[in-house]
Amino acid sequence: MQGFIYPNEFELYWGLLIVVYPYVTGLVAGAFILASLERVFNVKEVQPTYRLALLTALAFLLVAPLPLLAHLGHPFRSYEIFLTPNRQSAMAMFGFVYAWYLMVVLLLEIWFDYRKDLVLWYRNETGWRRWVHYALTLGATDLSEKSLRFDDRAGRWITIIGIPSAFLLHGYVGFIFGSVKANPWWSSVLMPVVFLFSAIVSGIALVLIIYMIASMLRWKPVDMRCADKLAAFLFYAMVVDVSLEMLDFIHRLYESEESIGILTQLIESRLFISLVVLQLALGALIPLTLLGLTSPALSKEPIFKVPDELRRLIYLASAILVQIGIFSIRWNVVMGGQLFSKSLRGLTVYRLELFGLEGLLMTMALLALPFVILWVLVKVLPPWPEAEAELPEPGAGADELPSATLP
Amino acid sequence: MTPRDHDLADESPAVAENEAVNRREFLSECLKACQLAAPVLLGVIRVPLLEAQESESGGYDPAEHLYGMGIDVSKCIGCGQCVAACKSENDVPLDSRHFNTWVERYVIGDNHVVDVDSPNGGMDGFPPVATEGGIRRAFFVPKLCNHCASAPCVQVCPVGATFTTDDGAILVDDEYCIGCRYCIQACPYGARWLHPEKHVAAKCTFCYHRLVQGLVPACVEVCPTGARVFGEVERRSTPLARFMRFNDIQVLKPHLNTKPKVYYANLDGEVR
Repeated sequence: MQGFIYPNEFELYWGLLIVVYPYVTGLVAGAFILASLERVFNVKEVQPTYRLALLTALAFLLVAPLPLLAHLGHPFRSYEIFLTPNRQSAMAMFGFVYAWYLMVVLLLEIWFDYRKDLVLWYRNETGWRRWVHYALTLGATDLSEKSLRFDDRAGRWITIIGIPSAFLLHGYVGFIFGSVKANPWWSSVLMPVVFLFSAIVSGIALVLIIYMIASMLRWKPVDMRCADKLAAFLFYAMVVDVSLEMLDFIHRLYESEESIGILTQLIESRLFISLVVLQLALGALIPLTLLGLTSPALSKEPIFKVPDELRRLIYLASAILVQIGIFSIRWNVVMGGQLFSKSLRGLTVYRLELFGLEGLLMTMALLALPFVILWVLVKVLPPWPEAEAELPEPGAGADELPSATLP
Repeated sequence: MTPRDHDLADESPAVAENEAVNRREFLSECLKACQLAAPVLLGVIRVPLLEAQESESGGYDPAEHLYGMGIDVSKCIGCGQCVAACKSENDVPLDSRHFNTWVERYVIGDNHVVDVDSPNGGMDGFPPVATEGGIRRAFFVPKLCNHCASAPCVQVCPVGATFTTDDGAILVDDEYCIGCRYCIQACPYGARWLHPEKHVAAKCTFCYHRLVQGLVPACVEVCPTGARVFGEVERRSTPLARFMRFNDIQVLKPHLNTKPKVYYANLDGEVR
């Protein structure tokens, strides 16, 4: 402790789990927006990651409410948010935004996209897979041209609705913090926008990491056109994200309000490592430089022509650094906002617990869980291009089973 | 006359005896009278503090009241009685991290350095000032929930467990609060805390259980200097209304537009 803090401020009321929550939600929104690039904006190069991005979004979305739930003083009363929401409360809308996104956007989009394959897989398979895939078709096994056209149109429309929904999901998380006028570190109209772009950055980087590591594990070559394009999008999103963060920073510094003294102290002492070193240097400047110098998708003549193998390594390293950077952003927002006193006269400290519901182990478990879910999802709904089943030849009999390749 | 008085009468001259007896009798009767009258007198003092508790229908009707508190900073001596009274009245944990009300000490040196402290919320008083050089100003500021008319904590509560009563107090429903702590983050005054055993948000209630019985909050009752004044905000002939008429009134962090109902007199600009 340093200076004066209100006596009730000794305890930090939002801990590590509340850092995880916006981090995970951001990954969901980012992965979905990446998926929509292919679907709505017809960026063909990223097609190999389309389904992977959707499944990643789903895996992380399923985990997103868990840190909140574990953090509540009375988790068994959480359903009250649905039953008697306070309509003035930004947080009360969480349940509805979440349910909308999960039910209407993600699950529907994944279902329409996979329906054809589900039907063909089930027709081809034996054992438990057959029944799982049949159950997932929900009985809709019609593969006529008309129904397939409907699937495609529906999927496209859902993506179009999904983009603003993804913006809503994460912009809303930013609003939860940005609308707290009591806290000068949080209270900023830019907060939802910064959250959104950092979400896009983190989502693209995550899918890039998962795609590369999955390719490695499957002994399949990485589609370099896809990787280059992802790297280019990552670069663009980071430019916007870092610019917004800088704008916020310069704006605060220039306005120099009452809180500037304590916030300067905060950055210089408590947040120096996590903000200056991790968020800005490691998480933004180094990846931006690496990607900017090597990505051939940014310009026809990249500054450094790098062989594919090295470029893959650079992309992977950049994407991992970006993840560290984005996690640091969430940390700096959530913790930074609580490490100074609202009396603006002192700083406090955060004591990280190892065990317990809000401890480090729980956090690591919650961060690992989406990967377990993703592994299961990938087993049930293989997202790889070669797993897509071919439609039977036109004119082939209905009894004839189409050929399909499964991993 | 007591037997002891008889003894005295036997041993003393008649005139002196009469004088002595009369003085003793007089003083003793006075004391007895005081003993008897004390509850009545205190009752008389208390009645104007919270008048008209009974509504026409007989019971307490919150819609007939709007409560607030006045604090005269120049009268606070930093004794911490209010903090102790609040803790015992409201079952606030006795540690140094949970307070419904606390007292801050401001010491502003000749070098303009502002030194603020509140050891154990001021409950045990304050240690001697340890500043180098002269002191320009020094004062104590009692703090508590401001029971804001536009309370950010009420706005953000996702389930409506924190609410404003008709008589203007901000309360938390212990049976309903989910313990998300958003209200604690939203309070600009650091007036809220999480109950370590009940796992729900907790705060000053203006001693609501006392208000409905016609009593003033515990902190007001025990203040030895009358630095805290409690009462109706909108009625004209109440102590609070008088306090607000005869003092320049300020509230804490007015730029946040929370419309506090804790009104300060003689508040220094350094107080946040």
